[in-house]
Amino acid sequence: MSSRSTIAIARPSLAHRLGGSPAQIAILAGVALFLIAFLIVPILRVIMVAFTAPDGGLTLIHFSDFLDNALLRDSFWNSIYVAAMTVVVASLIAVPLATIIARFNFRGAALIHTLGVVPLVMPPFVGAVAMQLIYGRNGSINLLLNEWFGFRIPFMEGLNGVIFVEALHYFPFILLNLSASLSNIDSAMEESAQNLGAHGLTLFRRIIFPLALPGYIAGAALVFVKVFDDLATPLLLNVTNMLAPQAYLKITSVGITDPMGYVISVIMILCSLGAMALAGLTLRGRDFSTQQRGGGGLSRRNMSRAGNIAAGAFIVFILLLVLSPHIGIFLLSIATIWSYAVLPDGFTLAHYISVFRESGQLISNTILYCGLAGLIDVVLGASLAYVVLRTRLPGRKLVEQIAMSAVAVPGLVLGIGLLRTYYDVQLPWSGESLATFWFMLVIAYAVRRLPYALSAAAAAIQQLHVSLEEAAENLGAGKLTTLTRIVVPLMTGGLLAGFVTSFATAAVELSATLLLVARASDAPLAYGIYVYMQSAAGRGPGAALGVIAVVVVSIATYLAYRVAERERDLKSRTF
Amino acid sequence: MTSTFARRAAVVTAIALVAGAMNAVRAQDVENRLVIVTSFSKDITEPYRQAFQKKYPGTTVEVQNRNTNAAVTFIRETRSNPPDIMWASAPDAFEVLKKDKLLHKYQPKATGIAAKVGSYPINDPDGTFTGFAASGYGIMYNTRYLKANNIPAPKEWDDLKKPIYFGHVGISAPSRSGTTHLTVETVLQGKGWDKGWATLLEIGGNLAQVSDRSFGVPDAVNSGQYGVGIVIDFFGLSAKASGFPVDFVYPTVTAIVPANVGIIANARNQRAAEAFVEFLLSDEGQQILLDPKIQRLPVRLDTYKKAPAGYPNPFTDARLAKGITFDSDVSEQRYQLLNSLYDRVVTFRLKELNAAWKAIQTAEAKLGGKANATAKDLIAQARKLASTVPVTEKEAVDPSIAGAFQAVKKGQKAASRQAEFESRWDAAALKNYTEAKTLAERALTAK
Repeated sequence: MSSRSTIAIARPSLAHRLGGSPAQIAILAGVALFLIAFLIVPILRVIMVAFTAPDGGLTLIHFSDFLDNALLRDSFWNSIYVAAMTVVVASLIAVPLATIIARFNFRGAALIHTLGVVPLVMPPFVGAVAMQLIYGRNGSINLLLNEWFGFRIPFMEGLNGVIFVEALHYFPFILLNLSASLSNIDSAMEESAQNLGAHGLTLFRRIIFPLALPGYIAGAALVFVKVFDDLATPLLLNVTNMLAPQAYLKITSVGITDPMGYVISVIMILCSLGAMALAGLTLRGRDFSTQQRGGGGLSRRNMSRAGNIAAGAFIVFILLLVLSPHIGIFLLSIATIWSYAVLPDGFTLAHYISVFRESGQLISNTILYCGLAGLIDVVLGASLAYVVLRTRLPGRKLVEQIAMSAVAVPGLVLGIGLLRTYYDVQLPWSGESLATFWFMLVIAYAVRRLPYALSAAAAAIQQLHVSLEEAAENLGAGKLTTLTRIVVPLMTGGLLAGFVTSFATAAVELSATLLLVARASDAPLAYGIYVYMQSAAGRGPGAALGVIAVVVVSIATYLAYRVAERERDLKSRTF
Repeated sequence: MTSTFARRAAVVTAIALVAGAMNAVRAQDVENRLVIVTSFSKDITEPYRQAFQKKYPGTTVEVQNRNTNAAVTFIRETRSNPPDIMWASAPDAFEVLKKDKLLHKYQPKATGIAAKVGSYPINDPDGTFTGFAASGYGIMYNTRYLKANNIPAPKEWDDLKKPIYFGHVGISAPSRSGTTHLTVETVLQGKGWDKGWATLLEIGGNLAQVSDRSFGVPDAVNSGQYGVGIVIDFFGLSAKASGFPVDFVYPTVTAIVPANVGIIANARNQRAAEAFVEFLLSDEGQQILLDPKIQRLPVRLDTYKKAPAGYPNPFTDARLAKGITFDSDVSEQRYQLLNSLYDRVVTFRLKELNAAWKAIQTAEAKLGGKANATAKDLIAQARKLASTVPVTEKEAVDPSIAGAFQAVKKGQKAASRQAEFESRWDAAALKNYTEAKTLAERALTAK
């Protein structure tokens, strides 16, 4: 009673009336400014043509052209079908892996985590050549099948081929986010349920599944959106009747003035937002948070001998499957000639020697750019997720949706936009253009990968009960202290997943890179690979650089997990 | 490998020696920096960068590798402070830059350069870009693949129409590759619109893939994903020189086209840019083209004297020199329309086109010479449907149609929208191919 009257008497500050503290308002405004400067303005400057009539006025006529075109309508449904089916197939790979890691005492869990990230690192061009050499219609597997049994399996043909390759490529989104969620479930929850008589399927259905849902949904939604917008795989398989390749072929054809490419981009951005909103709806009205912390995930069990063997065999099979492109890249990098054969004709280290001199610079640039981009993403993603889920500030949902829309923005469109917006801005110290300054690459990478970190962070906060923060505040901690001492540490798993996905995928980004790199000394690995892969003689050296990229990302990921694990151990000891 | 390297080293050393003597005079004339935007691979840019820097020791050459589209976009967006040189194959990219007034006119001083290759002028008639090498289109094939599948090596375009090549041929889309575009245009001008399209669509029926980038085709042939590729000569020749089990032939009628260099308007390092163009055309610069990893055809006639035996020479080889007359006005008028049309009737409906021709080939093979009148008639109808495009030669250059595919100038009334035509052509292609397939299947059971 008395507290109510105090509130009524005290004149609420502006910040309070807006539904957040001044610091929270500042955070939201900061993120919004970043997005306006490096996403909205540049993108609008490019895609305005989608709304421009041939005579210069505003129009929606291009969108009705889109609907009138049978090819584009087919492409739309094909993209939806492929994205949805990829979620199913990727789940079949990721869910068992995540469960085995979380549920059982299994040696080498960190290794699985690391190897689970590697599929995201598909070096441009090299990855495509390697996939064809392994799974293509005259790849190693089909050559063997044909020799032994007289038939081929069209792994890499048509829409089903796209689903196959996409699932191998993007299942880590589910694996990472689901693992983060599972490791945050307190074993006490599980034990209480067991004490109350829940076992087996009931335990899973009523306790584990609902508690792990935010992570799974975050991962699955990302897979859906990413596949819906993905360009590399359809191009690799030469499937053009999907939306992303249709947009790309229009936008990147020299001399074409037709706005349809940008119209398709707008439609893809809208669809991605729709999918994300849908994912959000499935979580709405449910509370996923638990108060207990530091339990370190589900209680681990020892597997029976047979179980161990079965799980081991499953993991080896899955890893062989998903890492086969990388095995292919490795073979390519040590091959003399590999053509229409199960294995290369001979082996050599010459390709590594020929890239040795320049690779140092490329590696350090890649680590610097992608590391910074990952950090920016984690900081922005966590701040934004926090503001969105913990305050009632107006406009927070809009900012979140804008940030998420970046996942559907083609790298090339963002690259053109940044160049157009910032080329005439000069750096005060060197007079160099801001658009071709190396830090612009970091920004381009960070903007396009912000959605990964954002959804990972949001999933982590959803599992975190607000009472923990309230308790801290009751004990006298300010908002900032609560954030840095309570919220962030408890979100480590989710933030790490966000950092790793941002870092790993940025390491192989090509389209924006190719437009923004102004000198060889600023170039990351992806650019180096591109330069080699334009000639027959460059295939080996290009593959060698691809292997280097994969190794660099793997080491960085592994180190990140080690650091996170040590942090967690420290935390749980002090609890 | 070693001999390749030794020869390359010898070329570079020879250039260095000649260049050294001239350094003292030239070095002060040019700026100390040269920025080149290029779509060429390292195999080409590196030897030239090194040789040019040896000749002009005070100048640092910066090479920015971008694909053709990124290069054009970059130059367009950076016009306030542009790079100095655009260096690429695709003639269409240069045409776009020229239209946007992004190229600087320059008349090279070098002499002894051919004016035309085949029927195609080497330099831009308006002087905004200069051809520095020539390349011919032809057929590249993987010898291992052909042997394993018992397929004969093709020699002529018409060979690729044969049923034995079904599913074994690849090409890059003309909308994605300026050089493929010129090949398609050459076929159309050489055979006439209707017969030309009939050939293109019949070959199209055999295509395994229409790639979205030029290098995608040699890449796939090198790997053995398919056996035969329609490519520009140096892709085939340099892959062979790198040890891949591939070979390359020029068909009797081929398009020989120049690869170009242009100075960008308002280039910061104007004199260095001019020096680079002259260097490309000089005897030393032209000799670098003979490097086995490069394998392009010099435009300086006396450089061929230094070429190894058997090096193709389009200026003396009767077969290559013959060519056909090339009407560049017609080509320009229907440039974008042709790109779009090919994509509608081949690239995006490849599955349906394949199915139609497969059905026709099956019917013809099964019936052999014993087809009755009805069956013959059905097959003829199917063939006609599967080899006709929904646009006539006249329409293709009609401003009210072709205009929809070009940028509208300010103040001009806009033509119809490109999307309207594309939608119509797509529907027509789909209908034709489906009907052709049905007709061919009916021919099998016709009494």
